[in-house]
Amino acid sequence: MEKHVRLTFGPESVKKPLVYQLGHEFKVVTSIRMADVDKSIGWVVLGLEGDPDEIERALAWVRAQGVRVDEPTLGDVVEGGA
Amino acid sequence: MSFAKALRCRECGREYPLDPIFSCEFCFGPLEVAYDLDGIRAAVSRDSIAKGPSTIWRYAPFLPCEPEFKVDLGTGYTPLLKADRLAKAIGLDTLWIKNDTVNPTWSFKDRVVSIAIARAREFGFSAIACASTGNLANSVAAHAAGAEMECFVFIPDDLEQGKVVGSGIYNPTVVKVRGSYDDVNRLCTELSMQYPWAFVNINVRPYYAEGSRTIGFEVAEQLGWRTPDHLVAPMASGSMYTKIWKAFQEFHKAGLIDAPQTRMSGAQAAGCSPITTAFEKGTLNFVPQKPNTIAKSLAIGNPADGYYALKQMQETNGGAEMVTDEEVVEGIKLLAETEGIWAETAGGVTIGCLKKMVASGFIKRGEETVAIISGGGLKTLEAVVDAVEEPLHVDPRIASFEEAHRARKGVLVGAKA
Repeated sequence: MEKHVRLTFGPESVKKPLVYQLGHEFKVVTSIRMADVDKSIGWVVLGLEGDPDEIERALAWVRAQGVRVDEPTLGDVVEGGA
Repeated sequence: MSFAKALRCRECGREYPLDPIFSCEFCFGPLEVAYDLDGIRAAVSRDSIAKGPSTIWRYAPFLPCEPEFKVDLGTGYTPLLKADRLAKAIGLDTLWIKNDTVNPTWSFKDRVVSIAIARAREFGFSAIACASTGNLANSVAAHAAGAEMECFVFIPDDLEQGKVVGSGIYNPTVVKVRGSYDDVNRLCTELSMQYPWAFVNINVRPYYAEGSRTIGFEVAEQLGWRTPDHLVAPMASGSMYTKIWKAFQEFHKAGLIDAPQTRMSGAQAAGCSPITTAFEKGTLNFVPQKPNTIAKSLAIGNPADGYYALKQMQETNGGAEMVTDEEVVEGIKLLAETEGIWAETAGGVTIGCLKKMVASGFIKRGEETVAIISGGGLKTLEAVVDAVEEPLHVDPRIASFEEAHRARKGVLVGAKA
C-alpha cells in the first residue's frame, strides 16, 4: 500500500534527519514529492510504501518526534464558516 | 451548460478528467477546476448574465456542474451595500459591504454547498457528508433535504447543543465523534476513502471550492462590471479569499471586465492566525495552530489554502491582519450600529481587521474597498450577549420612563421644553 502524508516540522525538529531515520527504523519506502524548508520551519509531502500497520507505526513515531502529520492537500477537514 | 474542461494540479499543472478526486497522483498537489474560457467568452455577455436568475445560477457557464442537477434554495446575488456611515467611522471615502448573511442558511457556505451537491448528484452519489462545527453542516443538511439525499454530519464531541440544532432540524444523521478535533479530521478522511459518499470538502472539494467564486462575480457585476481597489475577506482555510481573486481574473479573461488591479487582503482572529502570522514574518510557510478564539467559523489551524493565500497577498500587493476577541465583538457592534447588518463573529473579524488596516495606513482613505460579510449574527448570539446595553426597566407610567431615560441617556428626542 502507498500512503501520502504531509509532515510539518517546527524549530525543534527541522534540522533532524527524520525522513532518513523513518526509512531506517521502519520497513517503509519514502518518496519525497514536494518540500520546502527554511531555518525554523519546513514541510515535506511524502509517499510511504509498505505494510499498512508498519506505516501507522512509522507515523506514530514521527508524531512522537513532535512532527505534525496531515493528509497532504486537505489541511483541516472539520470546517466552520469561511 | 458548464464549460469546465478538466481538473488541473495547482502545483505541477497536470490535468485530470472531471472525476471525484482531489489530489494529483504525481505530486499530491491539490486539484482545481479549469475552464474553457474561450468557450465562455463566446457564449456569455454582460447582458446574458444580467438576464439570468437572481441567484448564483446566473453564472452557470462559469460553474463546474450542470444546472439541471442543482438544488436551488435561492443562494447568492446577495446585496452589495454602500456603507457610508461605517466608511466615515473608520476613515474611508468609499466602502461596500457584501452582505452574505442573507443566504438560505445565513452564510456564504450555501454557495459552495450548492455546487458540491449539484456535482455530487451529477456523479450519482446517493449520500452527502461533511465534517463541520457549524455553518457548513447547516448548509449541507439543508441542501441534502432539498435533494432527498442521505446526509451525514460529523461533529466534535464537545460541540454546543445550539450548533447541533441548526443542522438537526433538516434531519440528517448527526454523528458526534468521541476524541479530539484531529481525530474527527482523520476519521472523515478515512471514511471518504472507504464509502461511496460525496464528502463535500474532501472528494468533491475541487468543485465545492469553486462556489466561492460567485462572490467575486457578483461584486464585479454589482459594481458595474469592474473590480474595487481593495477587498478584505475573512480567512479560515483561505479558500474563499483565493477564489474571489480567481473569479476576477476569469471575468477578465472572458472579456467581461478590465484586468483586475484589486489589492486583496485577508482577515483572521488572533486566536487562530496561521496565515496572518506567516504574512507578518514574510514567509509562505505557515505554522499550524491550535485555535482559541470566539470566531469559531474561522478556526482552521491548518489551512489547506494557506500557502496560496500568502502567494496571492504578494501577487496583489495585499496584506493580512488579525484582531483579538474583544476587537471581534467591537467589529460586530460597529457594523450593526452603523449599517444595520448583524454579522456573526467572522464578520467582526473582517470589520475589525479592515479598521486596523485603514488606521495603519495600509488601506488608503481613497481606496474604494469591499468587505465580505460571510454569515449572520444569530449564528453566534453568545458572542455579543453581554455586549449589548441592558434595557431600561420602568413602571408603566410616563414619568417612570422619562426618569429612567434621563438617568441613562439625557434629553428625550421630541421632548417639550
